[in-house]
Amino acid sequence: MTEPGKVLATFSVNGEPHEVAFAPHKTLLEVLREELNLTGTKHGCELGECGACTVQVDGTPVLSCLLLAVDAVGKQVRTVEGLARGPELDELQHTFADLGAAQCGYCTPGILMAADALLRDNQRPSRDEIKQCLAGNLCRCTGYLKIFEAVELAAARRRGEDAQPSKESIHGAR
Amino acid sequence: MLRLPSFTYHRPKTAAEAVRLASEHGKAAMYVAGGTDLYPNMKRRHQTPSQVISLQDVPGLHAVEVQPDGRVAIGAMVRLATLERHPHLLRHHPAFAHAVREISTPLLRNMGTIGGNLLLDTRCTYYDQSHEWRESIDFCMKKDGAICWVAPGSPRCWAVQSSDTVPVVCALEAEVELVGTAGPRTIPAAELYRDDGIQYLTKRPEELLTRLWLPAPGAWKASYVKLRRRDTFDFPVLGVGACLWFDGDGVVRKANVRLGGAGSYAIPAVETEKLLVGNELTDEVIAAAGAAAMKPARTMDNTDLDVYWRRKVAPVYVARALAACR
Amino acid sequence: MVLDDPTSRPAPAGKARTDAPWRHDARPDELKHIGKPIRKVDARSKVSGLTKFADDLVLPRMLHMKLLRSTMAHAEIVHIDTRRAAALPGVKGILTGKDMPIPFGILPVSQDEHALCPDRVRFVGDPVVAIAATEEEIAWEACRLVEVEYRELRTIGGIHEAAANPEPRLHDYGVRGNIHRLENLEFGDLQDGFARAEHVREDTFFFEGNTHLPMEQHATLAHFDKDGKLCVWSSTQTPHYLHKALARVLHPLPAHHIRVIACPNGGGFGGKSDPFNHEIAAAKMSMLTGRPVKIALTREEVFWCHRGRHPVLMRSKVGVTRTGRITALDFQSYLDGGAYGSYGTASTFYTGALQTVTYAVENYHFRGARFFTNKAPCGPKRGHGTPQPRFALEVQLDKIACDLGLDPAQMRLDNLAPRDSLTANFLRIGSMGLGACIEKVVAGSGWKERRGKLGRQPNGRYRGLGLACSSYLSGAGLPIYWNGMPHSGVQLKLDRSGLVTAFCGSTDIGQGSDSVLGWIIGEVLGIDPLGIRVVTGDTDLTPVDLGSYSSRVTVMTGNAAMQAAERARDLVADGVAQKLGVPASRLVFADARVFDSEDPKRGMTWQEAVCAAEARLGTIGTVGSYAPPPAAAKFRGGGVGPSPSYSYSAAVVEVEVDAETGVYTVPKVWMAHDIGRALNAAVAMGQIEGSVYMGLGEAMMEEMAYRDRSHKGQRIFVHKIPSLLEYKSPTTLEMPAVVTYVVEDPDRNGPFGAKEVGQGPLLPMMPAVANAVFDAVGVRVDEIPVSFEKVFAALQAKQDGKEPRYGPATDASGVPEVDFGDSLKIKTPWQGGDGTAWNEPKREKKAAK
Repeated sequence: MTEPGKVLATFSVNGEPHEVAFAPHKTLLEVLREELNLTGTKHGCELGECGACTVQVDGTPVLSCLLLAVDAVGKQVRTVEGLARGPELDELQHTFADLGAAQCGYCTPGILMAADALLRDNQRPSRDEIKQCLAGNLCRCTGYLKIFEAVELAAARRRGEDAQPSKESIHGAR
Repeated sequence: MLRLPSFTYHRPKTAAEAVRLASEHGKAAMYVAGGTDLYPNMKRRHQTPSQVISLQDVPGLHAVEVQPDGRVAIGAMVRLATLERHPHLLRHHPAFAHAVREISTPLLRNMGTIGGNLLLDTRCTYYDQSHEWRESIDFCMKKDGAICWVAPGSPRCWAVQSSDTVPVVCALEAEVELVGTAGPRTIPAAELYRDDGIQYLTKRPEELLTRLWLPAPGAWKASYVKLRRRDTFDFPVLGVGACLWFDGDGVVRKANVRLGGAGSYAIPAVETEKLLVGNELTDEVIAAAGAAAMKPARTMDNTDLDVYWRRKVAPVYVARALAACR
Repeated sequence: MVLDDPTSRPAPAGKARTDAPWRHDARPDELKHIGKPIRKVDARSKVSGLTKFADDLVLPRMLHMKLLRSTMAHAEIVHIDTRRAAALPGVKGILTGKDMPIPFGILPVSQDEHALCPDRVRFVGDPVVAIAATEEEIAWEACRLVEVEYRELRTIGGIHEAAANPEPRLHDYGVRGNIHRLENLEFGDLQDGFARAEHVREDTFFFEGNTHLPMEQHATLAHFDKDGKLCVWSSTQTPHYLHKALARVLHPLPAHHIRVIACPNGGGFGGKSDPFNHEIAAAKMSMLTGRPVKIALTREEVFWCHRGRHPVLMRSKVGVTRTGRITALDFQSYLDGGAYGSYGTASTFYTGALQTVTYAVENYHFRGARFFTNKAPCGPKRGHGTPQPRFALEVQLDKIACDLGLDPAQMRLDNLAPRDSLTANFLRIGSMGLGACIEKVVAGSGWKERRGKLGRQPNGRYRGLGLACSSYLSGAGLPIYWNGMPHSGVQLKLDRSGLVTAFCGSTDIGQGSDSVLGWIIGEVLGIDPLGIRVVTGDTDLTPVDLGSYSSRVTVMTGNAAMQAAERARDLVADGVAQKLGVPASRLVFADARVFDSEDPKRGMTWQEAVCAAEARLGTIGTVGSYAPPPAAAKFRGGGVGPSPSYSYSAAVVEVEVDAETGVYTVPKVWMAHDIGRALNAAVAMGQIEGSVYMGLGEAMMEEMAYRDRSHKGQRIFVHKIPSLLEYKSPTTLEMPAVVTYVVEDPDRNGPFGAKEVGQGPLLPMMPAVANAVFDAVGVRVDEIPVSFEKVFAALQAKQDGKEPRYGPATDASGVPEVDFGDSLKIKTPWQGGDGTAWNEPKREKKAAK
């Protein structure tokens, strides 16, 4: 039983242990942003209706706004801050940057975390599989198309292919 | 940021302990499985338990087990995402697997459980609002108020049954296993639900849903057809669960057609069922059965999409669900 | 038609060097960075979660503020009792309306808002009390402890109600009753125009309101420090206007003690363009408590901020020749403004301004009325006031083509407004690529072969194609408040390290305006755009830019940046020329080097060049500024519509309709946009695709619906669905395949010929969807959104032998009765008009401040 007072727990976030005290009704979103200062994880509704707060817990993309922080203790939490390998961006981050798949950038962390999990399970996702994977993440800027293209391009690069964006995707149709 | 109210959090290690806690705290306690229904409700202050009992550590609730007799036992804590990809279910219970896949979004299916979906709180556009919004309408009888806004003269609440799996499991005549203070009992899934927006479950509050039992494959075919605005996120404004039993000549021997999103429980489309039994599934039979479906429905202006339109097009969707059983 | 003489057009500031290789008609191969798909300057931060949005900021001792908002649609505040809230442990400050009595508003003519309502609430969600506490939960709980006694006033629920009920007035200003604005402008001779028409149509349309729905909820952090200086970080598109509003309301705090920092916006779309009550209240609360104060709005509160698309009823009468040439257009618009003025005056004019910019309109009469109602206030959403009339006009033209047996695409091509011309309402068109846009989407979609012939598909559904066009401005020609100063300023600082820092008041809302600065400066100076440090949206540090609205930034900031960069180039050239003994005119700036064009090896690195310049001239800094060319329109109201240039878009939309239910999908869209020149085609495409998306949402599902009930004798009037789940917006699964054509028709007023792209491509989506539904199943939905229910209702009407249409009444009852008074009469350019109204009473010319 955990009383309303604070609990002291150790989290594994992006591979590093963090000891933090928080009340049991605090969501993972609140603890990440407000206790660990990992503000890369965003929020757009706090009700599970937008996907902006998506993080990975034990590799599965979940909504941090609806997960109690205490329930993430003992699990591997991964946020957008953990996507890059040291100074080097992940393929997904590169392709999102190159194609302009991040406009305002607010939904981007959540979408990256959902897409990253997809690419780990599926090295060659179809356009439809990408759409389905991201069907819980709203974006108001991009119309999603550059996001789909960026995921496809990153998938190819993760497979080791020397893939480049199509001319049409960066210059338009002729 | 919308935040949860504070509460005492329990993670019992056995079902008996969970039931004991729930029993001890009475109305102050609620179970939580995936949290995707309860926590939004708590953030909007619809549901305000001071004792939240998580079932994640209760053993025996996390597995999908195919029995020798072909029945499938699904633990209440099995994630929806697991079910939608489960090879046995995809092969032998495609209507059920399809209904699971139609639930909200992939992210929520990664978190939500079958138990939670079967017990999903009824929904209403006068109820699923923030505390502040509900204050502006002086609340409603489902929480903090006295009136049902959809039917102000009504003594009852008309919040809507909104789970995608419920119409299917009811049509399938699946069973659910409950554990209470007096031990376990198994009842037909359909008997779990009541026609009331507030008291929408027949089980006692401390009774714990532990398992869903899907029937063995046989001479039946089931389907689920969902009407909603967008192909993701949205709850059903109509969810047709159909299960038809056939004799050897393709004549319908028995028919269960359940309408979700059309009232406070998954309403049996009894006229439709009558029109089907004893007939082959011809286009004419399907059309007539579809047209008769909405008579018992209680479609009201408390979901997305226009109420008049929902009633008008419902027969088309019922017919499509029936056609999918051919 | 009188063509405008391009040589007579004033050169905008910042275009002094017409011989530069970066003139508007430069060949792509002459440009090093412009037009290339370079990353945005902030791309790495955004994909790493490192971009700091307003709610990501934290200061020591920071308090959290919540607003108690009205639960009544329209009421007087009788009494507020905050004693119980004040007693709650953790509460540190409480404000009510009497603490901030000075009203504010984005437009000088409508200063009708208060940071907290002092005596009256005008919609459910109007803020009444602000409470700051050590925790956000405590502030929320404290709000629940406040008791507010209201006296209910009659609720004004919409356009017809506002027209019929002059009392109670929502505001004691405006035209009369609950009419906020009335406009009545007549260009040319309508009678003659209709007399010459060979076909006349009269239609009524309705466009329901919708909202921006940015993913980021508005947030503000305010800190009044011990030196008496106030700093406000906020998710705002218009830091300069917020600065002005803060200075006004927080009087006597001097304006120069106030610093506004616009954080990167997590989506704006116009929804963060007004100064907001929560921003001002947070500032005041910080002054009251002496501590930093943050407020982060909930999603529901974002719906209360609104300022989105006005619901507009429209009646349009158009006369055309047999070939579809518009001889006369008589257009009326009735806007539901919601509770406050906001940008509403401009919005009203915009519902009439741009009809003339796509197709030649010989004679034009526009009447517009804006009403106050008890809804969240409307304002500027992407397209600001122009999507509604564009929907009406493009559907009406489709009907006319149908009436006359013309191809809707060809009819439009035959009647394009000419380039380099003045319209009937004195808008100056420069480059005009609409023809090319139409040709692209017609060819791409197989329009000629497929339109009207797709019909029933093997799956039993019906397919159809719809076409529509539009135009949008590249920045408003006039600022929000009358002044003679530049609209955009850029300062450059050149450092001995070689670093170039650009300071500009512009605000990146995701569209890439920070990057535009980098690309342009990099091109002019021959250095890597990603190496330039861009500092924006900080009123202490950066020169004023009016803000990220009206698609103004690329053109205005871009021109200012170009001027600053050219001046920096001249200074550096001076230093290098002296050091190398080469005439400055022979120097080339490229690849981060400055060298002699006749002997490229003779030169130096960019860093050495900057040092050479600094050694010769002292510290190197330059400024650039831009103001749009003066408008040709001189009549009252002519200030809304003029722009340095106009972008053009054409769309073909394909729909697939389930005729049994009215449910439809949009499998594919072809969108062509004349951007003048794409400074970065990939980023421009992002704007086009985003516009397709947002337009699709408006076309299919988005709407600000209200619950209208009564309870215990009281009227309940509240937004029906203020959530991300129930306010429906398209997801990945609704988004169609889009074929995007970036059409480049460079305009001499744009930097490198660039025009706008952020808003224009949204506009044709709504009418194109409606037209496509007609092509598929032969019914008209003259109302936005074209929801499934409406398609179904129209199909039922068709089946019942009634007019196959859904929409407002087509007779006069469709619009309210409003006395617009006498029109201002303006002779068109081809009548010899000079842009003034011949019957306008003489106005006192206001002195420019």
